[in-house]
Parts: sequence; structure tokens; C-alpha cells
Amino acid sequence: MPRTPKLPKLSPRAVVLVTLAVGLGLPAVLFAAVLVLSPVTKPLMVDWFVQSVLGHDPAAWPYTSLVYGVSVGVLAFVLINFGAIISGMTVWWEMRVSSRMQSRVGYNRAGAGGFFQWVADAVKLLFKEDLIPTEADQVLFRAAPYFVMTGFALTFVALPFGESLIAADLNVGIFYLTAVTALVVVGILLAGWSSNSKWALFGGMRSAAQVVSYEIPAGLAVMVPVLMAGTLSMQGIVRAQGAWPWEWTVFTNPAAAVAFVIFFIAQLAEGNRTPFDLPEAESELVAGYLSEYSGFRFALYFLVEFGNLWVMAAVATTLFLGGWQIPWVGPEVFEAAKGAGPVPALPWWGLQLLSMAVMAAKTILVLNVIVWVRWTLPRIRIDQMMNLCWKYLVPWAFVTFVFTLLWQIAVARLPELKTVTGVVLTVAFLATLAVFLRQVRANLTAVGDRVDLTNW
Amino acid sequence: MEKLILRRVDRNNEEMILNFGPQHPSTHGVINFIVETDGEVLRRAVPDVGYLHRSIEKIGEGTGYHGFMPFTDRIDYVAAMFPNEGYATAVERLCKIEVPRRAQYLRAISCELARIASHLISVGTMAMDIGAFTPMLHGVRERETINDLIEALCGARLTYNYHRIGGVAYDLPEGWKEKTLAFLDHFDKFLVEFDRLLSFNEIYIRRLANVAVIPAKDAIDFGLVGPNLRGSGVDWDVRRDLPYGAYPDFEFEVPVGRGFRGTSGDCYDRYYCRVLEMGQSSRIVRQALLQLPEGDIMAPKVARNLKPEAGEALSRVESARGEMAFYVVSDGTNKAYRVRARTGSFTAMGIIEQASQGLMIADLVALIASLDVVAPEIDR
Repeated sequence: MPRTPKLPKLSPRAVVLVTLAVGLGLPAVLFAAVLVLSPVTKPLMVDWFVQSVLGHDPAAWPYTSLVYGVSVGVLAFVLINFGAIISGMTVWWEMRVSSRMQSRVGYNRAGAGGFFQWVADAVKLLFKEDLIPTEADQVLFRAAPYFVMTGFALTFVALPFGESLIAADLNVGIFYLTAVTALVVVGILLAGWSSNSKWALFGGMRSAAQVVSYEIPAGLAVMVPVLMAGTLSMQGIVRAQGAWPWEWTVFTNPAAAVAFVIFFIAQLAEGNRTPFDLPEAESELVAGYLSEYSGFRFALYFLVEFGNLWVMAAVATTLFLGGWQIPWVGPEVFEAAKGAGPVPALPWWGLQLLSMAVMAAKTILVLNVIVWVRWTLPRIRIDQMMNLCWKYLVPWAFVTFVFTLLWQIAVARLPELKTVTGVVLTVAFLATLAVFLRQVRANLTAVGDRVDLTNW
Repeated sequence: MEKLILRRVDRNNEEMILNFGPQHPSTHGVINFIVETDGEVLRRAVPDVGYLHRSIEKIGEGTGYHGFMPFTDRIDYVAAMFPNEGYATAVERLCKIEVPRRAQYLRAISCELARIASHLISVGTMAMDIGAFTPMLHGVRERETINDLIEALCGARLTYNYHRIGGVAYDLPEGWKEKTLAFLDHFDKFLVEFDRLLSFNEIYIRRLANVAVIPAKDAIDFGLVGPNLRGSGVDWDVRRDLPYGAYPDFEFEVPVGRGFRGTSGDCYDRYYCRVLEMGQSSRIVRQALLQLPEGDIMAPKVARNLKPEAGEALSRVESARGEMAFYVVSDGTNKAYRVRARTGSFTAMGIIEQASQGLMIADLVALIASLDVVAPEIDR
């Protein structure tokens, strides 16, 4: 007989308050730090600070570069912490979502809703013995996690958070991102090879094959928004789009919609997420390249794996989904709100906050799709993975690339084309979404269930 | 297997020997596969069994006839009703005990519930081996309800020890029938949902269809039984073809693999046969509950100290893993001279070496999962 499961005891009010304070406060502090620090660490502001606060001539004062270095160092510290903490929170969120999908209770011990589980896990992993197999290649085994961590941390340099909120708006932004994320695979390959374990070797080889293959469709798909924006800079690509869905890259060009799908699939593969989690397929390769790792080194791999979700989602948002663009707020509004002084006026900061909120909301939405896909789909086989890449994604990515070239010529002749396509594709997308949601509801009611979002 | 290892000595080739187990997430217990691979492609996988040997058959010679019943649970602890039933039936044939009608119905009900529970684990772990975690937990959720039902029936959730020589241990508790019928209503809907979530998933089909095809001839030659045999297109079910107990009273179909999504005898056929069988089991339980006759649940005058006349008896029951045979030889004393259990998992291991040639590592996992081997049943 269906036994009524004993619900977990409700957390005491104090625990709920602490959890809420940390759960909301920690990201708030991080976002606030990014909000304040990323515009402040620009040379212009540092010069102004040296001039008017410290009272030196920035050009002549020998310590100007030191001040600049310190401010960038603080920003880097904040960004790495942002990555680590977001990664931990993603773990918690993913576990809560998955337990909901699987009719489990899920995390519910440490803190309200088990929120502090990721802290507990991290602390546990830090205190664990750092085992290194005797037969392993000592140097490479120790070095491998740092490659992975470096590849992950470097992405935050060119990851936009808002209108002016970017550590460095490189003019080769997306190219830089593609390049540094490739470092992760070096670390994984080193881990697989140096562990001197057959399972780890399999994992490493699979990962190398997978990530290197999927770089190609991902790179080609990235070219579509680049062509449409005419720049490689992340902020430039966002500025080339608008705030409304029909102004986003993904909807203004039919090829871009295809490219988005290709890019999304390739990102899943590069991030080793289901259905492409072959390198660490636990039912086949035990733990893949992670087999011999423990303690802190293991924690680093996990941090990167989950932190990469944010990076993946943020890059997809930037390239295809309009980034941080706020409706009705064009560049001239930002300019007007900035004021005359070297330190921007308060309304400007408000707009920055708003753009950051838009960006974060879109990123979290994409992140949720990634989580949802993971807990729904089975894993594909390695030959199917290769087939999918080389037989379908690469040719289609080429098609989207060539189509976009022609499309840009057509749009230059006939600018209305862009708006019309945007509206048509947006409507088509919304209609598909509506059909999908209706089907979900029909499926739920067919098995005597109901849509219920209360039982968390 | 020694040959396989010795073959490698003094040979410098590209192949790699890999110990797939005994502690591997997808060997479903303690089994070792010695796998010879060339990169991702298998040359062969040789099963190495015996890690879970507990000499259960020998124990059967030491305990009395009644006393062996709890040990039979341990032969196949995922579906412990079937060894119970098989052993009880064999001894009943040996002693010529007539089992009351109601007891036979209760046996059918408990066995079919156990079959559903076992198949849920089977298809769930198969999904997990293929990489989908969610269907496994949905299956376990339904199994949990069945465990609760069986717990109410006989007090145990895993090693049931419910059947007795001459009948069953307990009658239905109050309200059990209604609860079970309600569960079955829910379960039939669950199967539809499960199909939508997993069985008709394109990735899942591509991972299983046309993989590790076992032709009907090989399936018979290697002595495959149950869903593994039927997956290869051989229409054989002990419940229908050699009816025992209450089964002649029920209407049910025997799902046979006909290449649902690929070739007949591939992993998907074996998988989907199990899914269809769950629906049929639910049908049988429903019929049995509705037609349940009144009467005793134990045969009268079954001696405490059973001393069958010298002789032998064989029983064949359709277990969740296929035909399970119990062969009991009596020498006229109160202890069996020989107890032998023939189980489906052991013969299924035999075909792995042949069927695994040329597969990929991920396919080996699918093959093992699709054969639904349960480690204790292999070794006993």
C-alpha cells in the first residue's frame, strides 16, 4: 500500500534564516563585488583614483601600476570565488531538481533544504587524504587539476555580466574563450594518462576525442553570431543584438537558430554533460579520468565541471540570447545616465544592476535546461557521439556559416528582413513552447498526476 | 580464462586486458569479466563467476525439507518468490502433496508481484547502465510499493520465505486486495509513462537496437531462458506451455521479441519483453485477485518432519529470470539426498563470451544489463 512518506522535519526558523541569508547573501555579495569592481578596475578609473584621492600624478607616480595590479587582483579573486561558489550552488540546485524529478527527497540535512551540503562536501573533500597511486606519474598527476582549474578560471576574464561589467572586453573575446576552455581537455587528458589506470586512460582518451571533435562545430556555430555582429568582442556581439526576443541573434536569422542548437549540443559535449558524459561514464568506466583522484584534486575537477555550467550558459546567452540587453534601454540611455564626472552617477549603477539581473536570469534559465536534459536522457555511445559530430553537426555548422554570409548580404540590401524573421521565428518558438507545455500537461494528466510545484 | 591470460604472454600486440569487475558499477553484483579490448572495441569478454558461491545446494542436503525454504530466498534475492515456489513445488511432487486452490492462487499473486518488482529493477538498472538515472528511481519507487504490499503479506521485503511445502505461510491481510488493485491501476499508467520516458527515447533505442543480437538458434543452444530466450523470438513460457499451479486459470499473453526496433534478439527486444511482461503480470495479479477462491492456504497433514519415499522430483517454474528448475532427490530420510537448482542467470553468463565479440565497451554494459543477470543466482 502506498505508505505516506514521512516528510523531513521542517527546519527550525533560525536555520531557515541562516540559510536564506547565506543563500541569497553570498551571491548578492559576489554580484555586488562584480558590479562595483569591474567598472572600477579600468585604467581610467584607477588614474582618476590616483589623481584625486591619493593626490599623485598617475603618469609620474611610480606606484600607479601597483594600484592597478592590486585592483585587478581583487577583481580576479572575486571572479574565481564567484566561479567556485556558483559551482557549489549549482550542485545544490541540480541535486534538488533531480530529486524532484526522481521522486526523492534529496538534500535536506545541512541547512534548510540541504543548502549547505555543497559546503559540507567541499570541506569533506579538503580533509580527505590526497592519494596518489605509486605507479602514477607523480608530476603530471599533481599538475593535471591545475590545468583544468586554470582553463576554467580564465574564462571569467571575458565573460560579460552586464553593460560595463566585464573584467576585460577583449576584442578577440569569443576567440579567447574558445582557446582557454581547450585547456580543460589538456588537464583531463593528463589526468587520464598519468593515473596509470586503464579506466582513467579510457576516460582521458574519450574526453580528448570528444572535446577536440566538438570544438569544430562549436567554433563554426560561434562564427554565426560573430558574422552577424561583425566583431569577436563579447560586448560587441551583445550590443549588436536587441533586448526583445525578436532582436536576438537566435531569432533574427534562421541559420542562427540552427547554430544555437549546434552550439548548445557541442557545449554539452565539451562540458562532459549527459548525454555526452562518456569520459566519466560511471556505468562503463567506473569514474573515467577521475578514477584515481581523491580529496582536493577531485574537488577541483568537480568544481570545474559544475562551474562550467554557468560559463556554458553565459556564453550561449551572450552569443545568441541577447546577453544583458534591457528592454527600452539603449546605449544612449546608459550614456545619459552616466553623468559628466569620472565616477558614474547613481542611475547608471542602477542600470548596470538591471543589466546584470537580466543576464543572470537568462543564464540561469539556460542552466536549468542543461540540468533538465541531464536527468532525462541516456548516454550515447562513443561511435554515435563521433557520428553525430562529424556527420551531422559539422556539415550543418558549415551550412549555417555559409547561409549567414549570404543572409548578411540580403539583410544589408533589405533591412526589414531581419525584423520580419525575428517576429516569425519568435512566434514559431512560442507556439512550439505552448504545444510542448500542453503535451507535458496531457502526459501528466494521462497517468493520473497533476501539475504540482508545491512539493519541494 | 587462464588460456586468455597466457595467450598474452610474450605477445606484443595492441590489445589490452581489462578486469571488468568484480567491483564495477554495472556488473550487477560480484562478477568479473576479463575483457580483451582493442581501444573501445572488445575482442571478447570472458565471464569469471564464483565470487558469490555459498553452497546453497549443499546446505539443502543438510537441513530438513522445511528448513531449506529460507535458504532458497538467497538463491535469487531480487525475486525470492520463485525459488520458494520452485522448491516447494518440487518437494510437493516428491511427497505427492496436493496444494489447496487458494494457496495456488496466492502463490501466483505473490510470484507475479515479485516478477514485476524484479523486472522493475532489471529495466531500471539497465537504464542506469545506459546512462539515464531517472527511470531507475521511478522503477524503485514502484517497487517500493510492491515491497510494502509483500511486507504486509509475509512480513519480509526482500527475502520473502512466504511459500511453504503444501501451501503458503499466511493468508491475505485485511484490505490487501483493494490496495493491490489500486496499485495495479496506478501501475498500468506508470508503464505508459515509463515507456514514454525511456523505452521510446531515441538515444535509448539507438543504444540498444541491433546490439548484441542473439539468434534464436544460439539462444536455444546456450540454454537461455525466460525473457532472454523470448527476446530472441522463441515462444516458450513455462507458465503457459507446462502449466503449473493456478496459471491455467488466467488469461495472459507471452510477449516475444520480434525486432521491436531492430533485429529480433537484440538488447532492445530483451528489454522490451520485460516491459511488456510487467503489464501481463499486472493482468494476472488482477485476475487472480478477482477470482480468488475461498478455502485453506495449507494442505492438510503436512508432516513436520517430512520423510518422502525414496525417489526424485523435478519442478519447473517461470522465474523472473526465466525457467527455474528444482531437482530434489530423496533417499527416504528426513533430509534430501540432493537438491539442485537450475537458474537462468548461470546459462545467460555462458553466451556473453560469444555475444560480446566485436562490441564496444558501452555495448558490453548493455548486453550484461539486458541479460538481467543477478550475481547470487549465478553462483548459488
